[in-house]
Amino acid sequence: MKRLVLILCLLATPLFAVEPDEVLDDPVLEERARVISADVRCVVCQNEPIDSSNAGVARDLRLIIRERLVAGDTNEEVFEYLVARYGDFVLFNPPWKPSTYALWLGPFVILALGFLAVVMALRGKRGQRTAALTPEEQARLEALRKKDDI
Amino acid sequence: MKRLLFAAPFVLALIIGGFSLWGLSGGRDPSSIPSALISQPIPDFALDPIEGVDTPGLSTEDLKGQGLTLVNVFASWCGPCRAEHPILTRMSEQQNLRIVGLNYKDTPENAAAWLEELGNPYERIGADVTGRAGIDWGVTGVPETFIISNDGIVLHRFPGPVVGDGQRRFQEALDAAKAAQ
Repeated sequence: MKRLVLILCLLATPLFAVEPDEVLDDPVLEERARVISADVRCVVCQNEPIDSSNAGVARDLRLIIRERLVAGDTNEEVFEYLVARYGDFVLFNPPWKPSTYALWLGPFVILALGFLAVVMALRGKRGQRTAALTPEEQARLEALRKKDDI
Repeated sequence: MKRLLFAAPFVLALIIGGFSLWGLSGGRDPSSIPSALISQPIPDFALDPIEGVDTPGLSTEDLKGQGLTLVNVFASWCGPCRAEHPILTRMSEQQNLRIVGLNYKDTPENAAAWLEELGNPYERIGADVTGRAGIDWGVTGVPETFIISNDGIVLHRFPGPVVGDGQRRFQEALDAAKAAQ
């Protein structure tokens, strides 16, 4: 029983959807194809990259990526090809352009606002601590001290 | 200044609440993919007719200068296509609309039998056996229906079957396209 469990554990390697007949002979191109397809969203099963999707369209796109690479396209050209058909939506890594400024800058803006809030809060505290006594208060304090003979 | 700070949580709640309300209302579907082809010329493609069917094939040139045209992506293996077929057929007849088909990843025998059984409203049908033309059109699933202008510009992409509420939304897009012609 123990041995069986061990064997099963060894067999539990990560599962890839890339099928043997899709793999290119050239290991360099194949590696590039894998890198690209890990960054392309499957249009059917939307939170999966096409690299690990079993959908028919995902397989077609994987094959097209490999075809384009064999034909001599750069990685950017392959991405352009896909974006022309499916829009920025297929990219897991959204491009830097006016419609995505809020997306890219939002976290930093919020961080800056939080930082500002902390600075303001700290300043307020210090202001309280260093407030000096007015002459009247000082005189009253002296009088009290004298009275209690401290 | 102090008083302004007291208002800050209220303003923040208003902003977040407003954004959530916007996100939840209006029938927005987060899984719907905006088409990259809208307002673009139709992609270059040329497809042979389905073997054994008497309807000519479909290519880019067939969608230019022929008036408003519906391009319906269908397949015999697709259930919802069967549901929308009579509706699209009726729409094209009653509104005198030109409709062409893109037969997606189908076998000629099955496609022919399907058209024989349900009727063939298509003026032209391209057989996209490999699914490559479908990818050029940015198709994510079947059925899908595109509205193409007289100049061969993609005016609208409708993913899913044109039935029920979908039919109403499709008709709205169609009316807008007709008005723009």
